[in-house]
Amino acid sequence: MKQRRPLTIINGRLVLADRVERGAVRIADGMIADVGDVTPVNGDEVMDARGQLIAPGLVDFGVFAVDKPAFHFGGITRAALMPDQSPVLDVPSRVRYVAQSGKPDFWVHPLAAATKGLDGTNLAEIGLMREAGARGISTGRQWIGDSGTMLRLLQYAAMLDLVVVCHAEDAGLTGSAAATAGEMATRLGLSAAPAEAEALAVARDIALAELTGARVHFRQVTTAAALDLVRAAKARGWGVTAGVTPAHFMLSDLALADFRTFARLSPPLRQESDREAVRAAIADGTIDLIASGHDPRGPEDKRLPFADAAPGMAGAETLLAMVLTLVRDEVIDLPRAFDLVSGAPARLLDVVAGEIATGMEADVALVDPDKPWIIDSREMEASAGNTPFDGQPTQGRVTALWKGGVLV
Amino acid sequence: MTSTQHSPHSNRYPAGRMAFPHRDLLGIGQLERHEILYLLDEAEQWVTLNRQPSKHNDALAGMTIINAFFENSTRTLLSFEIAGKRLGADVVNMHAAQSSVKKGETLIDTAITLNAMHPDAIVIRHASSGAVALIADKVDCPVINAGDGSHEHPTQGLLDALALRHALRQRGAAGDDFTGLTITICGDILHSRVARSNVLCLTALGANVRLCAPPALMPHGIAGMGVTTFTNFDAALDGADVVMMLRLQTERMEGQFIPSPREYHHLYGLTKRRLAQAAPDALVMHPGPMNRGVEIDSDVADMLDRSIITRQVEMGVAIRMAALDVLTRTARGVPGWANKGEGQWV
Repeated sequence: MKQRRPLTIINGRLVLADRVERGAVRIADGMIADVGDVTPVNGDEVMDARGQLIAPGLVDFGVFAVDKPAFHFGGITRAALMPDQSPVLDVPSRVRYVAQSGKPDFWVHPLAAATKGLDGTNLAEIGLMREAGARGISTGRQWIGDSGTMLRLLQYAAMLDLVVVCHAEDAGLTGSAAATAGEMATRLGLSAAPAEAEALAVARDIALAELTGARVHFRQVTTAAALDLVRAAKARGWGVTAGVTPAHFMLSDLALADFRTFARLSPPLRQESDREAVRAAIADGTIDLIASGHDPRGPEDKRLPFADAAPGMAGAETLLAMVLTLVRDEVIDLPRAFDLVSGAPARLLDVVAGEIATGMEADVALVDPDKPWIIDSREMEASAGNTPFDGQPTQGRVTALWKGGVLV
Repeated sequence: MTSTQHSPHSNRYPAGRMAFPHRDLLGIGQLERHEILYLLDEAEQWVTLNRQPSKHNDALAGMTIINAFFENSTRTLLSFEIAGKRLGADVVNMHAAQSSVKKGETLIDTAITLNAMHPDAIVIRHASSGAVALIADKVDCPVINAGDGSHEHPTQGLLDALALRHALRQRGAAGDDFTGLTITICGDILHSRVARSNVLCLTALGANVRLCAPPALMPHGIAGMGVTTFTNFDAALDGADVVMMLRLQTERMEGQFIPSPREYHHLYGLTKRRLAQAAPDALVMHPGPMNRGVEIDSDVADMLDRSIITRQVEMGVAIRMAALDVLTRTARGVPGWANKGEGQWV
């Protein structure tokens, strides 16, 4: 659906790249036409923001399902879809199909499987999948254990200038572990892997990235040791980027008490010191973006003994509210919060969106940052309510959302 | 000894349902010290009964107990079956091999199916940590955890405490608990639910617990449970009052944890020579099944004056009778236990 009539949103607080200021935004032909001290043109549709934030629609980097109601609830207008689909996104036709699957009111940017069937061994047709619309390459939920394969993958990706989205856990250490080694896992009798499994994987992939010149993005970096490695690589001027989901800056492995499978995640929840390290890394810019990791899982996957349950959480609806807690805790300011969930992921995907600026796609969210609500797993828009934040009171809701200038 | 005889009006713990307010017995971790002592004291009457020629009581007559074992077991299953039958209950055993679990039925559906048959208690063993709590959440009757993964095996922890208390009392110790006692547990701590339940139970009762294992079999962060850890068995044994040996749970091991049983025996096997480093009359325990010649030598396991391994088995039946008795009191309308809502005082 195309935008029929220009729209001007007035009386808002504009969330710009470097500041928040009072003003308006004018949207025409699906693009942001003017920002700032703007007055509606005759014939415009006019929306009064009543002091709410006029923010870019969220760009969710690395989701496992196209779950529109949840994304729209969370103010998400675009998402990078992980290749771990059924069937796997490892051939151009599937990539082309999913790239269209959300339109018009939601855009899916496919991440192509790095290897056929995500087997970690045989390279997939990455070049053809790029032509079909892939915006990056991903190793999926797993690490590629074979360093030789990883080297060749990164060489190839560098040649195609596609970002490689890595899962950073040394599989030899993690095995079938369901938790991070520590007192909590020991008390619960859960098989556990040392948190260092992440640093090992990150260290290798950074070394290979520097060797090949490939752009590497670690979808989730969740431990102090691995964050130090990313920080050091960035200091050397390398194009390594890192993401995280709210689970790892909001929760620690204490959330595993009572074998709560909604807290079964991959990578698993870490200890408190790592949670604090993640918050520090968000504050100092080591972490570039925050994503929901949206992975709705019904009772058939979650109403199981902890270790047998599938990892993953439904995170789309709670992403913005959780990031806004970082603003209230003065870890980051508002412009940075929206850069973490919109600007940075849009740049990584190389799409003209994720910012309130003239010439951008008109993906715009109206946000009441203080609106209180209670996260309730039974009343979620997502196709499943597996949120580790169940029952938690929070603040911040999207009150209106436009995709390409059209209200959704 | 008189102070150790259980009496319903003693002030060791609150009376009636308040003495044991839990519907289920899922782990030692859920129990207060006085609740542990209550179950131990309750078991004493069954120890006495079990030593009579006629070992029958009709307390649970008419009740149905399902032993749902999703993991193989011989001794624990037998112990629970005997416990139920001696209390007069109808006991049914369900083995995983015979169940529709193999046909893809989920654990929750199995639980709901069992529940629909109106059992009065379900005893569950499952290979996955937390599985028993998951089932307990879906059924209407008391649930006893007979071992869930590497998490807990509460009746084993309790029976070990009871066996130890009996042995100590035989030697003239008067205490209720194990304050001041040093207990060394050696073996595959990582995979052992018995170790976890014993750590929780023994530390709650005041013992100093030492754990000893090769590093790969020692779970991370277990010192947080109030124990000291050793990798050198000789150091761990030094002056210990009780030595509890655990077997290697090779069936739970992913990959190789020790080079060979022979080498394991060399470093961690309890021999007579090694035992000499413990306190002069140190007691020897083992939850079974034993691998003689690996973690324990036969001449240690069979020491009449020191090994209480067979007594552990004996106490197992009594503890399980106590657990079944206590947990079904509400359903049986035992005075002081009937009110489901607030616990009432006798």
